Amino acid sequence: MADLKLVNVEKAYGEVKVLANINLDIKQGELIVFVGPSGCGKSTLLRMIAGLERITGGTLEIDGTLVNDVPPAQRGIAMVFQSYALYPHMTVRENMEFALKIAKKSKDEIAAGVDKAARILQLTPYLDRLPKALSGGQRQRVAIGRAIVRDPKVYLFDEPLSNLDAALRVATRIEIAQLKEQMPESTMIYVTHDQVEAMTLASRIVVLAGGGISQVGSPLQLYERPENEFVAQFIGSPAMNLLAGEVVETGPMTVIRLEGGGTARSAIPTQVSDLGMKVNIGVRPEDLVETMDQAIFTGEVEITEALGEVTLLYFKRQGEAAQVVAKLPGIHAGLRHRSVALTADPGKVHLFHKGRSLLYRH
Amino acid sequence: MTVPVIGEGEARVEQLGMAAVTILVGVFGCIGYFFVSNLILDRIYPASGPQAGRNINRAGAIRPWLFLMPALALLGVYLVYPVFVSVWLSFHDARGETFVGADNYVWLINDAKFRESMWNNLMWLVFVPAASTFLGLVAAAVTDRIRWGNFAKAMIFMPMAISFVGAAVIWKLIYEYRPDGQEQIGVLNAVWTAMGGQAQTWLTLPGVNSFFLMIVLVWIQTGFAMVILSAALRGIPEETIEASILDGASPLQIFFKIKVPQIWGTILVVWTTITITVLKVFDIVLTMTNGQWGTQVLANLMYDWMFRGNDTGRASTAAIIIMLMVTPIMIWNIRNAAKETR
Repeated sequence: MADLKLVNVEKAYGEVKVLANINLDIKQGELIVFVGPSGCGKSTLLRMIAGLERITGGTLEIDGTLVNDVPPAQRGIAMVFQSYALYPHMTVRENMEFALKIAKKSKDEIAAGVDKAARILQLTPYLDRLPKALSGGQRQRVAIGRAIVRDPKVYLFDEPLSNLDAALRVATRIEIAQLKEQMPESTMIYVTHDQVEAMTLASRIVVLAGGGISQVGSPLQLYERPENEFVAQFIGSPAMNLLAGEVVETGPMTVIRLEGGGTARSAIPTQVSDLGMKVNIGVRPEDLVETMDQAIFTGEVEITEALGEVTLLYFKRQGEAAQVVAKLPGIHAGLRHRSVALTADPGKVHLFHKGRSLLYRH
Repeated sequence: MTVPVIGEGEARVEQLGMAAVTILVGVFGCIGYFFVSNLILDRIYPASGPQAGRNINRAGAIRPWLFLMPALALLGVYLVYPVFVSVWLSFHDARGETFVGADNYVWLINDAKFRESMWNNLMWLVFVPAASTFLGLVAAAVTDRIRWGNFAKAMIFMPMAISFVGAAVIWKLIYEYRPDGQEQIGVLNAVWTAMGGQAQTWLTLPGVNSFFLMIVLVWIQTGFAMVILSAALRGIPEETIEASILDGASPLQIFFKIKVPQIWGTILVVWTTITITVLKVFDIVLTMTNGQWGTQVLANLMYDWMFRGNDTGRASTAAIIIMLMVTPIMIWNIRNAAKETR
């Protein structure tokens, strides 16, 4: 139940900086998701907040107190590990009691805390079982229960769903969302590489890449107004299409002539001085629609994937350009090897210059 | 230990030659046996012709036994057969001629030296495995945390490479006593007198001299315990330790409440393995005191009656007692080890 403040936090292993210039203000009650490709340092950052990794630069404050050198147990945080990290020789009850016993809480307090957590997580029938007698989902709930009984200021989740199978992952994801709703005061930080988890759980998402923060914002902000090409392509699946082109008309409506021969219109305004600027347009597969008129892109469908609710069209590559993917609602049979012309609503066409979105240039 | 040196150069060359021949015969004999027996089997049941399927099945059923045979035969001759003969001999007289019923057992139970041996064996049984396992565990935990840990581990493990007799000789020198007026050459007496004590004949001190012998075995077995337990400690999932750090556990609490319980199975296996070694302890006692001054143990008692007393009956009776004591621990140990590796 606390604010977190990270100022210029960095992590270096000897000469190698894996994280730098991390500035974050996390408000009480937020559920912040760190997301990014593997190796981007998101788990390292979480472990630095937890105190399991030393902070080599900058400051970390929890509730206004500098905690850089405060031992993990006194930071008021609790962490849920990807591998659950349950103590295998202890029953569910003993697992949850452990921290309280170490803290020398009274018997009544311990019993009350465990009972409450067990009730919230529906673990009451399993309290006397060993972890090995539980399913993956139950184990993860025990791990969460172990965090709850400590009544921490900040909950840290390190890819908590990665070890679960697909169906259980969805169910547990919803449980975590419900848990958050039951504890609106708690601050939670959640690390994942799964953007669906990020989109569904987060109040704000922190996209990490290349040792720094790429963008911070609400899930829809990241989806609708990505600051750069990395975020644009990282959020959303399949990834946003990027097509190279040149600005040929400026004003409230920008017109771009694309290298592939198409023409795109974007609702992002440009100035006269932008004429001739090299840009990449970004358009999400789900925003592409078939057209008879002026097309952004025309190409031969190489492969189709019919998922029922949508059909994915993979177009033949043209030269060096990345493969274009379109996602059409419903079922479309027989499109394979046919030529299809696509366009998109100008409001859905993003513009990037040197990797940065033109939306954010002021 | 004096090594014969003079005029035996030729004899030694001869010994080396014999050793080489033994190794060659052993290795190539084994290869030859497997090759030839396999060849013959394939001749008898060729995997071709009208009855190829039947032949392959039959050869397949016989082949494992063919390959197991040498091992089974050797085990039979050197392990199983002696067990039965020992049982038989224990019911016969000194020369193995006349049946004497349970006389040997009755005698054994009333024998003061046997009682002393049993008592000493029990002391060994409690002290050596406990001390070795505990010190091994401490060494494993500590060496994993210091930079020169690997060097320390090598030093602690080194005694494992020394034979029991060699170790006993080393420690006999450490316990060495020189009469008054002479300079003490034993390390223990040197330290003891430096601290103002009176030089002692450590190995004749009643009651504690057995412990001076036990220390030798502890010195040897600690390395074994350390290596196994160190591997087990490293097998503990790092996250459980991190979780306990977050839960606020101190290093000692982490060690005793998180780490040790997780390797409890391995600790038991190490403990029982050392226990079995202890029950067979013989060389150390023979070398250092030969069972005098109240340090006798069962294995040395058996040896005494066999080769000094020339009494196969009593010696076999002692052997049976040792076997009866080892067997349950061994069965339990094997079961535990099997459980660990599962």
